[in-house]
Amino acid sequence: MRLNAGIPEGPIADKWTAYRSAAKLVNPNNKRKLDIIVVGTGLAGASAAATLGQLGYNVKVFCYQDTPRRAHSIAAQGGINAAKNYPNDGDSVYRLFYDTIKGGDYRSREANVYRLAEVSNQIIDLCVAQGVPFAREYGGLLTNRSFGGAQVSRTFYARGQTGQQLLLGAYSALSRQIDAGNVTLYNRRDVLDMVLVEGKARGIIARNLVTGAIERFAAHAVVLATGGYGNVFYLSTNAMGSNVSPAWSAYKKGALFGNPSFTQIHPTCIPVHGEFQSKLTLMSESLRNDGRIWVPAYKKDVDRLRSKEVKPSDIPDSDRDYYLERRYPAFGNLVPRDVASRAAKERCDAGYGVSSTGFAVFLDFADAIKRKGQGTIDALYGNLFQMYEQIVADSPYETPMMIYPAVHYTMGGLWVDYELMTTVPGLYAIGECNFSDHGANRLGASALMQGLADGYFILPATISNYLAAEIHTPRFDPDSSEFTLAAEKVRERLVRLKNTGGKQSVDHYHRQLGRLMWENCGMARSQPGLEEALERLPLLREEFHANVRIPGSLDEYNPELEKAWRVADFLELGELMVRDALQRRESCGGHFREEYQTPDGEALRNDEDFTFVGAWEYKGKSCAAELHREDLNFEVVKPSQRSYK
Amino acid sequence: MNYTLKIWRQKSAKERGEMVSYQVSDISAEISFFEMLDILNQQLIAEGGDPVAFDHDCREGICGTCSLYINGRPHGPVRGVTTCQLHMRSFSDGEVIHIEPWRSKAFPVVRDLVVDRSALDLIIQAGGYVSVNSGGIPDANTIPVPKHHADTAFDAAACIGCGACVAACPNAAAMLFVSAKVSHLSLLPQGRAEAVKRVQKMVARMDELGFGNCSNTYACEVECPKLISVTNIARMNREFLSAKLFSEKEKIVRDSI
Repeated sequence: MRLNAGIPEGPIADKWTAYRSAAKLVNPNNKRKLDIIVVGTGLAGASAAATLGQLGYNVKVFCYQDTPRRAHSIAAQGGINAAKNYPNDGDSVYRLFYDTIKGGDYRSREANVYRLAEVSNQIIDLCVAQGVPFAREYGGLLTNRSFGGAQVSRTFYARGQTGQQLLLGAYSALSRQIDAGNVTLYNRRDVLDMVLVEGKARGIIARNLVTGAIERFAAHAVVLATGGYGNVFYLSTNAMGSNVSPAWSAYKKGALFGNPSFTQIHPTCIPVHGEFQSKLTLMSESLRNDGRIWVPAYKKDVDRLRSKEVKPSDIPDSDRDYYLERRYPAFGNLVPRDVASRAAKERCDAGYGVSSTGFAVFLDFADAIKRKGQGTIDALYGNLFQMYEQIVADSPYETPMMIYPAVHYTMGGLWVDYELMTTVPGLYAIGECNFSDHGANRLGASALMQGLADGYFILPATISNYLAAEIHTPRFDPDSSEFTLAAEKVRERLVRLKNTGGKQSVDHYHRQLGRLMWENCGMARSQPGLEEALERLPLLREEFHANVRIPGSLDEYNPELEKAWRVADFLELGELMVRDALQRRESCGGHFREEYQTPDGEALRNDEDFTFVGAWEYKGKSCAAELHREDLNFEVVKPSQRSYK
Repeated sequence: MNYTLKIWRQKSAKERGEMVSYQVSDISAEISFFEMLDILNQQLIAEGGDPVAFDHDCREGICGTCSLYINGRPHGPVRGVTTCQLHMRSFSDGEVIHIEPWRSKAFPVVRDLVVDRSALDLIIQAGGYVSVNSGGIPDANTIPVPKHHADTAFDAAACIGCGACVAACPNAAAMLFVSAKVSHLSLLPQGRAEAVKRVQKMVARMDELGFGNCSNTYACEVECPKLISVTNIARMNREFLSAKLFSEKEKIVRDSI
């Protein structure tokens, strides 16, 4: 298969305008005759469904939650980037583009990233018009803060709840379209399969989570906005229900999966505390604006800290190692996430971790409180401090936070072309669900930007180019043979899972999978570790299918059954991630192969052999997936070794 | 630590429910309330029983999915947090903990502790938005908003839509929820243009859906995990009243033509 991203000709700054001028349109009378399914109601899904409804298409939107407002975009804290240059500190569309390409360690597509930077400003305008209460100056205008990987302040924020406020904005736009009858909402639905008719995406099979009914829905196009797959690691900052299943079913129906191993490990999360822990909580990257990260410089202090003989404040400045400031003087505590995470791991592996488990570093606000006053710090981070205190029963105003990296975001996802279409015609993937814009590492405050860019502006413009040829296609009959067959297969798989009749719970296997992925395909990867994982994963999968126990029945509200389906897919995805990590014999961004590093421990890229997107094709149950390459051509930015020194 | 749990079990909306007792032991004070329920469910699965269904998702206090009356209080004993942010250190060893679903006519039980809160979505759909499309928007900084207006609007916009206010209210009123959205949007210049229509439509929808009336007990504010203030209710009442006056004035203008 030859992958064609369909990037428009011309200079980079003109590509998107040129594309939009040439793209085919659908007239309003015909839009009413066209159905679009949107799966997921996070920033990407809600904004896409709202905009497509506003344009006049017939939209059906699905979410597994009880209401669209709960999608996990709601938990994003820090902010959203845009190239407004309101602070007049030298920002521009080009600079946002450049920082994002560099931050992604030169593994993303230039044309997509430029377009993202280009529409970033429109997002802020729209959100403000919707009533999103961004932070403001006393003069009434919007204010910005800085974020990792940039030397300008281009991040708009709403206290530590930016994702919540943006999602509620998109949810309000969606609610307006639901009330107008342009969008129909299907909540508490798990989407379990894609239906293809003559090679084109024409619908989905869903399970009604309340009644257990298997339902069929047909449409002229299907849009997946189902988020990331970080829960493959069991412990992550994702919501408990976040899953890969709709995207995985698309993969099995012919959509290629791009860069599955590219995972973001976020540097500032609350450390793991015990065996029964169910999830990890992020502390916003914005805290690194004012917090200073350190561990003791001497081992003797480490021991005294762990045994609680001394408090962190007892250790004088001269005996502390502010290792990010030491190693990266130009960016200091604001280096990109992958760099900050690896540096924390390096210190803890060397024995300088400050908690009883040995896996934690300090994030200290004492200097900032002295400099700015407690009131200012409270206004900036109050809700985060409160959240931290509630979890660990310690006040960050008095003692430094303890943090450690945790799985947070997946840059990999379904491969899409410039139009955000997967390799299955009529099947689109937007937001975190696709692989496209962040390369091997995402910069902070860029996920919200990408989700909304895709949903409000990019997909609505590109989908008409496909649907223009579909105006003569009548509505599909969800009782046709393709739908019947797909529904039967879903039911069979559910029955098989339910009837396994084993002894162990779903969580038992999920936890084992998570540990295996974290240790062998997490922050540092090596050939022996990955090969070991490749041997163990099929065994774990077999054991799961032989020995899992699912209580209850198929035809009722059954959360264990939902989990079982998701974990079964994670068990397959894990293997693809490991294969991808194994084939990429270089280090780049969040993908760190121990064999490939510079003498001072930085990621060592191999541009000659690996400047490509690894896109995997499903070849059936018993065959290994096949790798296809989309070569990345850098016409504007010259790849160089990333330096934040 | 050890606890006795008395949990509401109900197979479906149509069947009758009852309180059932369970024991959990060796629970660490550091784990969360939901992690304690996870342990109970693992225990039940191992014994061949039916795990307890409860709503939860982000487990960091922001998505609003979790609910639960714990010892008769929405979101449990700690002020300003959701159930998912509760930790077992807030309970004492040997304590009997009563766990029930939200009790309100507008929130029917789905199963065990899970309720259907889609009525709240229907209220937002009636008008909880600014009617703008995604094109032709002026630059964000063309609309200055005084900082204290923006901050007050934010305080109201922090609502997570969990329904604790309805659960706490003796009349099962949704006034705090509705007023938070009305306040958020009417405090901002962007939301003023349709403020009159918005408050009327949202209040009418709230009444249709079977929520009760406000009798100023302020239980909603006490139990709100996001500490949304009842001054929002006062603001909504003012908006509602002036909307009534305005539309009558409008009628007079029309009649005189």
